[in-house]
Amino acid sequence: MMEANRPRSIGEWISAIRHGAEALLIGIYSGLMIALEIIINPIQRWVGFRRMAYLFLLPNMAIFGIFVIFPMLLNFYYSMTSGVALFPEDRTFVGTDNYEILADCDDFTDPNSCDEDFFWRAVYNTIVFVFFQVGGMVIMALITALVLNREIVGRGFFRSVYFYPVLLSPVVVGLIWRWILQRYGVVNGVLAQIDPKYEADPVLFLLKGDWPTFWVIMISIWAQMGFFTLILLAGLQSIPGVLYEAGSIDGASPWQSFRFITLPLLMPTMFVVLVLALIRAVQVFDQVFVLTGGGPGTSTKYMVQYIYETGMRNQIPRRGLAAAASMVLGSVLFIFTFIQLWLGRKSESV
Amino acid sequence: MKKLRNIFVLVLLVALVLPIIASSGEAKAQDPVELRITWYDDGIEGTVLRDLLDRFEAENPDIKVVIDTVPYAAGIQENLPVQLEAGEGPDIARVTNLGGLSQYYLDLRPYLSDPAYWEENFGPYLAWLRPEGDTEGIYGIQNQLTITGPYINRTLFEQAGVEVPSDTSDEVTWEQWAEAARQVAEAVGPGVTAMAMDRSGHRFAGPAVSLGATFFDEEGYPALLEDEGFRQMAELFVGWNQDGTMLYDVWAGATGYAAPNEEFANAQVVFYMSGSWQVPQFANTIGDAFTWEVVPNPCGPGGCTGMPGGAATVAINTTEHPEEVARVMEYLASEEVLREFHARTLFVPAHIGIASTGVEFETDLDVAKAALEMWTAQVPKIQPLAFDLQAYRYNSVLFNAIRDRLTQAITGELSLDDAIARIQEDIDEQLAEAQN
Repeated sequence: MMEANRPRSIGEWISAIRHGAEALLIGIYSGLMIALEIIINPIQRWVGFRRMAYLFLLPNMAIFGIFVIFPMLLNFYYSMTSGVALFPEDRTFVGTDNYEILADCDDFTDPNSCDEDFFWRAVYNTIVFVFFQVGGMVIMALITALVLNREIVGRGFFRSVYFYPVLLSPVVVGLIWRWILQRYGVVNGVLAQIDPKYEADPVLFLLKGDWPTFWVIMISIWAQMGFFTLILLAGLQSIPGVLYEAGSIDGASPWQSFRFITLPLLMPTMFVVLVLALIRAVQVFDQVFVLTGGGPGTSTKYMVQYIYETGMRNQIPRRGLAAAASMVLGSVLFIFTFIQLWLGRKSESV
Repeated sequence: MKKLRNIFVLVLLVALVLPIIASSGEAKAQDPVELRITWYDDGIEGTVLRDLLDRFEAENPDIKVVIDTVPYAAGIQENLPVQLEAGEGPDIARVTNLGGLSQYYLDLRPYLSDPAYWEENFGPYLAWLRPEGDTEGIYGIQNQLTITGPYINRTLFEQAGVEVPSDTSDEVTWEQWAEAARQVAEAVGPGVTAMAMDRSGHRFAGPAVSLGATFFDEEGYPALLEDEGFRQMAELFVGWNQDGTMLYDVWAGATGYAAPNEEFANAQVVFYMSGSWQVPQFANTIGDAFTWEVVPNPCGPGGCTGMPGGAATVAINTTEHPEEVARVMEYLASEEVLREFHARTLFVPAHIGIASTGVEFETDLDVAKAALEMWTAQVPKIQPLAFDLQAYRYNSVLFNAIRDRLTQAITGELSLDDAIARIQEDIDEQLAEAQN
């Protein structure tokens, strides 16, 4: 009898192993369920069936509380203190002094007239960056999504190509472009091959004039555009084809189809993209820090770099001031996040 | 079903308890004391240290020393102070902010078998590591003495047919060097810049002292607004960056510390203001590809000085094993071990006994040997003010403010007057923060 039950072919061996693995998994699963029952039943009897949902939320809320809420409260307290001590109980309470230092300006349009001029330079640089980076990226992402939504040859390939930079670490992006754009970088090498004058007088893409700001914005768009293109592509594909057919029957031109069908129906997605891009842009740091170090001078120094340098880099770190600046930045991000959530709920209700 | 449940509970309990029993059993075993050193490398010193510590561990099986090698800027300058403040520092660390971190150092004196040896051989440098008011403490080993000063690419001078100014004069000014370096850069053609300087206020300080900067007022408080020597050097330096004499990329195109040592090694810079710690690296990267050498610090009304400095290996006061730490430090500070360390790393010794008898540096390169001899010859020329500045506890506050604000003057964000005013404000604000 034993001989008769033994598998005879490879197929029967595989089948036997599969059944064995299934039995093992079922055993483990049953065991775990029993263990869970042993733990959960008394708890459920104790807290009651209706309150069990809060119990399941507790681990996540604990993590959120420890790693998000508590540091935020701690940061708020830090922003009201001064001194070099690290632990809150050792720091001197100064009330709103740090906020007053940040706001101490004779002329808000001239950072040189401000007590904390680095902060205001960072604020203005961030505003310029956000305006051009977000604006440029939304337009570029929209155009790319519209093109990739058409039946073109190699559509899948191009979708991958545009998304690929999103997978790169910001530090890698910064390093690659630094090698490309620096004094003895790839671009100047190519230019020198075309015209020898560039060998003696290379273009200082990361050092002179408005070039650094231009490249910081362009590279940031290049690195992030794929992500937003994908969101817009999903939005485009959710627009019913019958609307375009109806438009076509009514004699609508391609521009009219875009203006009166695509754009209105894509608007909720566009708003989400806009707000997400704004949040990301305000937080810009690592990529630029590697690419330009915030230079030349302070022309590409943004808010997060200011906070990092003020609170971490100095021999005498001004942690209170850095915390106050991060509260300002946090407030801006909170407003953008609130708008995003509001828009999300609005589009859900529609 | 109930029986199955009971068996499962038993298995679960055993699975939970077994690892705890096992780990407590491990803890009871007699492990050697593990000490951790936070270290950074300029060259091969980490490898040399490991070799030396391997020998120590073989002779002292009750101690194991782990070297945590970190990047200089992020690891030593940024993270280490935070770790120390939080009481989470290593047992031993290699530091360059010698006085600035002194509140975290462990006084080794009670644990040393022969404190007199340390006083005799590290005498002047022990004070650099002491907190204010302390005249007795022994906190670490000054195992790298550095001096700032210039390197030149002699091959480029020869190719350009320009005479090296220091060949014919013992007291060459900064302006004379700048002029000569400019002539070389123009003669050898594109891709070569006349001068470059590390992006560091410490590097700038030596030339400023040479031009008569005083840095402090009569009470010893940093005062730069009326400091004519400082202003004169700042004016020259900003002008050289703006007119292309200096490699613009270094100060304008970076944040924090930056060093154009690669540009010098690639023969793209004629005259490079840096320091003695570059010798081991240049011996490796340049070798004899071209003739590089150290020239005397340029002169002015304040002398011909560079800045002293260096790195020290210090004991940290949060260690749980002070006696073992002291044993490791005594071993590393012993003359025989330290002599080997200097010979192999090509670091200029601070140890007075070793410095007085000389070190047989382990390099076949004549240029490297000549460079080390030149650095040794620079030591007597260091001005007392340069030593005072190095010993000043908050010198990094001055140096960083100078670096960041002069950069703004170079890029045109601030006038030189405004930049100097901002330097003073930055210093005042940070020192006030330290008083809170």
